[in-house]
Amino acid sequence: MPKQGKIEVNEERCKGCYLCVSVCPNKCLEKSDKFSKTGYYPASYKGSGCIACMSCAKICPDLAIKVYEL
Amino acid sequence: MQLLNERPKSLLDVSMHYCPGCGHGIVHRLVAEVMDELNIREKTIFVAPVGCAVFADTYFNCDAIQGPHGRGPAIATGIKRAKPDSIVVSYQGDGDLASIGMAETVHSAARNENITIIFINNAIYGMTGGQMAPTTLIGQKATTCIYGRDPKVNGYPIRICELLSSLEGTRYAERTTVHNVAGVVKTKNAIKKAFQNQVNGIGFSIVEVLSMCPTNWGVRADNPSEATKYINDQMVKIFPPGVYKDVK
Ligand SMILES: Cc1ncc(C[n+]2csc(CCOP(=O)(O)OP(=O)(O)O)c2C)c(N)n1
Ligand code: SF4
Ligand SMILES: [Mg+2]
Repeated sequence: MPKQGKIEVNEERCKGCYLCVSVCPNKCLEKSDKFSKTGYYPASYKGSGCIACMSCAKICPDLAIKVYEL
Repeated sequence: MQLLNERPKSLLDVSMHYCPGCGHGIVHRLVAEVMDELNIREKTIFVAPVGCAVFADTYFNCDAIQGPHGRGPAIATGIKRAKPDSIVVSYQGDGDLASIGMAETVHSAARNENITIIFINNAIYGMTGGQMAPTTLIGQKATTCIYGRDPKVNGYPIRICELLSSLEGTRYAERTTVHNVAGVVKTKNAIKKAFQNQVNGIGFSIVEVLSMCPTNWGVRADNPSEATKYINDQMVKIFPPGVYKDVK
């Protein structure tokens, strides 16, 4: 069984570059349709599919993603 | 439930000013993770450049100084010689390191100063608005070569790792990239080695990192594949990643 995980995006730190969206092997991140306080459409977790592989956190330039293993 | 990634203690919990999708933030995190892992935060002195990373001294949780453009290796030399027990890192862009600071770069390597250099090669002057750098690719557009770099007028890109490898004093030179996850992992390993070399007294160590500048490359910041593709398809041909020198 692959690992199961979940992620949290810090919306005030995310600048909407979507590098995380582009590297997630399970495509479980997307562009949010809500504008953040800092003026971006942040990345957001779709709510399922995370395998705690850390790819998103490794490429995030803004340290905006926390990865949990469930 | 277990949190797998804590923010490194060596990086202050503040938001950084870099543009969306800029590689500087990735490399800052990697440097900070390495400082944590080697437990050298308290003895590290960070030399910030002039360039987009000019505020880096306010992001790292260690002693730091911001030096004049290109002078990082000279400042680092002075600090390391005066305080040999400290760990000194000079973080520089390509305009800074390969243009105005070329003399400092070459001579600090030739002298085998026991310092660590983190060199961000984004093939452009980022901070000042996208002028041509010594590392700008042939054909690449910049505000000072609007039809693309023409070797007849502007010469050819300078390959820093190859150049410094020819100097006896250079102990370690590796080029990596942060445009994909595998590259980020390799970059961290290289940065770790460059710091370990200083801890072990091995000497002059440089890591050149190919890094995205979506803003001044004129590509979309919200479509990361445009900038990562430029590194993947164009930059690595001129600047192949790899270990160029590794003297034990
Ligand atoms: C002595 C001096 N000359 C010129 C400048 C203007 N200047 C500021 S940053 C910069 C180039 C920055 O490019 P780079 O080092 O590649 O860093 P990047 O912003 O791309 O990370 C220049 C020429 C300066 N600040 N000081
Ligand atoms: S101008 Fe380029 S190097 Fe500077 S912060 Fe923006 S993306 Fe990064
Ligand atoms: Mg640059």
